[in-house]
Amino acid sequence: MREAVRRTLPVIVVVAALLGVWYAAAIIVDAPQGALAQLRPLLPAPQQVALALLSGILQPPNSPRSLIYHAAVTASSAAVGFALAFALGIGLAIAIVNVRALDRSLMPWIIASQTVPALAVAPMVVVVLGNIGLTGLIPKALIAAWLSFFPIVTSMVTGLRSPERIQLDLLRTYSAGSWDVFAQLRWPASMSFLFPGMKVAATLAVVGAIVAELPTGAQAGLGARLLAASYYGQTLQLWAALVMASLLAVVVVGVVDGARGVLVRVRGGRL
Amino acid sequence: MLRAIADLERPTGGTLVVNGMTPELARRQRAYGYVFQAPALYPWRNVERNVMLPLEIMGLPRAERRERTQRNLQLVGLSDVARRFPWQLSGGMQQRVSIARALSFEPSLLLMDEPFGALDEITRDGLNVHLHELWRTTGMTTVFVTHSIPEAVYLSTRIVVISPRPGRIVDVIDCDLGAERPLEIRDTPAFAAIGSRVRHALHGGTPHA
Amino acid sequence: MRAAAAPIAFGLIVLGLWQAACMAFQIPRILLPPPTAIAAAFGANLPLLGADFVQTVVRSVLPGFAIGSAAGFIVGLAVDASPFLRRGVLPVASLAGALPIVGIAPIMVMWFGFDWQSKAAVAAVMTFFPMLVNTVAGLEAPGAMERDLLRSYSASPRQTLEKLRLPAALPYVFTALKLNTTLALIGAIVAEFFGTPTVGMGFRISTEAARLDLDVVWAETFVAAITGSALFFGLAYLERIVTFWRPAFQTGTAKEL
Repeated sequence: MREAVRRTLPVIVVVAALLGVWYAAAIIVDAPQGALAQLRPLLPAPQQVALALLSGILQPPNSPRSLIYHAAVTASSAAVGFALAFALGIGLAIAIVNVRALDRSLMPWIIASQTVPALAVAPMVVVVLGNIGLTGLIPKALIAAWLSFFPIVTSMVTGLRSPERIQLDLLRTYSAGSWDVFAQLRWPASMSFLFPGMKVAATLAVVGAIVAELPTGAQAGLGARLLAASYYGQTLQLWAALVMASLLAVVVVGVVDGARGVLVRVRGGRL
Repeated sequence: MLRAIADLERPTGGTLVVNGMTPELARRQRAYGYVFQAPALYPWRNVERNVMLPLEIMGLPRAERRERTQRNLQLVGLSDVARRFPWQLSGGMQQRVSIARALSFEPSLLLMDEPFGALDEITRDGLNVHLHELWRTTGMTTVFVTHSIPEAVYLSTRIVVISPRPGRIVDVIDCDLGAERPLEIRDTPAFAAIGSRVRHALHGGTPHA
Repeated sequence: MRAAAAPIAFGLIVLGLWQAACMAFQIPRILLPPPTAIAAAFGANLPLLGADFVQTVVRSVLPGFAIGSAAGFIVGLAVDASPFLRRGVLPVASLAGALPIVGIAPIMVMWFGFDWQSKAAVAAVMTFFPMLVNTVAGLEAPGAMERDLLRSYSASPRQTLEKLRLPAALPYVFTALKLNTTLALIGAIVAEFFGTPTVGMGFRISTEAARLDLDVVWAETFVAAITGSALFFGLAYLERIVTFWRPAFQTGTAKEL
């Protein structure tokens, strides 16, 4: 109990302090234009954002003003993208660890691929795919996949390579085949490395899905909502959409953490 | 108990007097040097600068720092590697650097916490002889913690045997093997007698499981 | 150099296949231009690319990267001074780093205008959190033994910071710096999707993509990739020099004297 208090109290204090500073700043910044009563404040106060957020959530789910609807659209592209990245990433990691040639020729390119700002290429990907008839979810999922691919591959490769020499030697004394080495040792050992990578990948998938919605004036999704609000000067809705996007990221991380918790319990308390 | 002397831990009861002062005062006055189980050298400093570390903290002038460092490196026989970095040295050499560092500000008391425990027996024997020579040269009071009975008997003038949990002093044995101690002394009957006394005290301290 | 042979060979093979496929299958230029077309577009548009580069990289990315990283480091030092603050700020900062920070771009535009300042602001915010988290982690890295050593010398907190914790924190700081090059670049470019004067890499990419002038888009992407790589590897090189003592970089072997 004391430990729980010790860990959460500082966070609560810091968050409360930040909210306080935000509130004070809002009053100061908006004062010339008539404080907090206006519709398009330069810096909305926390409660204004909270109200706008609530109003956005409570809209009927198929209305274009419903934040839930937009969040769902973004989440679906992010989820598909993440799934793609996961499948591809794990598969590639296994291949890299098992085939030396792939490791030497492919890994540097995978690392280099991250220096290409994938988000910068988003407009092109969307447009190109649109031209061959692939619109909507697929281009967004592809961009989300490209972004979240890297953390999964690198964390999985590190994890698959993590077993110590003596553990590998032990299996050799059992004449274990490479499948056994993989299934009994490398795969379980990689889990503790994979999950932090998946957390990063999940948040990147959300970011990718959002940014992919920007270039072609998409109608649905949180990125589209951000763009529209920015275009029409709807400050409060802009902030509300941003908070919604953040909530989505938190939920997504929570899902990955939940999965990790299940696995930890199955494994008996430790990954 | 070693950590309590060093003021790295607080005793729960009783008093401790170090050189006529409390442990904390002794620490502030830098009255002792401490050698840990691991060398604890800073990898971004070369050997010379590692030995200089306490002198920098004490604020000694540069010339004196260099002079003392060179002197102490010579004492442990590592003048040749002054410019190398810790990871370029073997475990035994690193531990010697750590000893030189502990000696560099010329404390009146040397505290050593199982300094040779992580090393192999051959290196350990060499370092034991080395330490003994060092002690004869400097005459510094040394408190040495070890789990090895032969090491304790070889190095000490007085052995304090402490039982395992709870740690209580079981016996204090005077070890009068003389100042000259070549390694062969370990084969003498006097050595064995003291050793078996220590062993007896250790086993007598706890009931056999 | 030998380590570079395999990936370079692989890359060249891919390039060759790409060129051949484009020519053999008559892949429409709209879908995937051959490498030669991209090179041509690169050459033809050099002044434009140069102007965009200056606007985005020189005016937005570099200042944003510098400000965000410096701020993250300084706040990290401040947070480190109090265990209470550390316990409170670290979870909040880690969470903030996971959020889609690029989303603040429209707000930054609203506050700082259309020009490079808003883009630099986005880059700064994006680079702030990783640096903060890593600085605090790095300052905490030294183990109990190293700290006991300094305690036995009766070293002041400032001396401990200067002689032990700052050097020990450097590897973490460099990790964050390397990550931040990518983040700053992405932040600035994506921020330009939200509104910018008629120059800048993000602006060029989104407008040329909409006009299906994909050669220019590919050329800009190429410049972005080169910039990102150059910054990243430049920092990696610097890291190797400054933190030469890390186990990962060691080549010396132990010899018994």
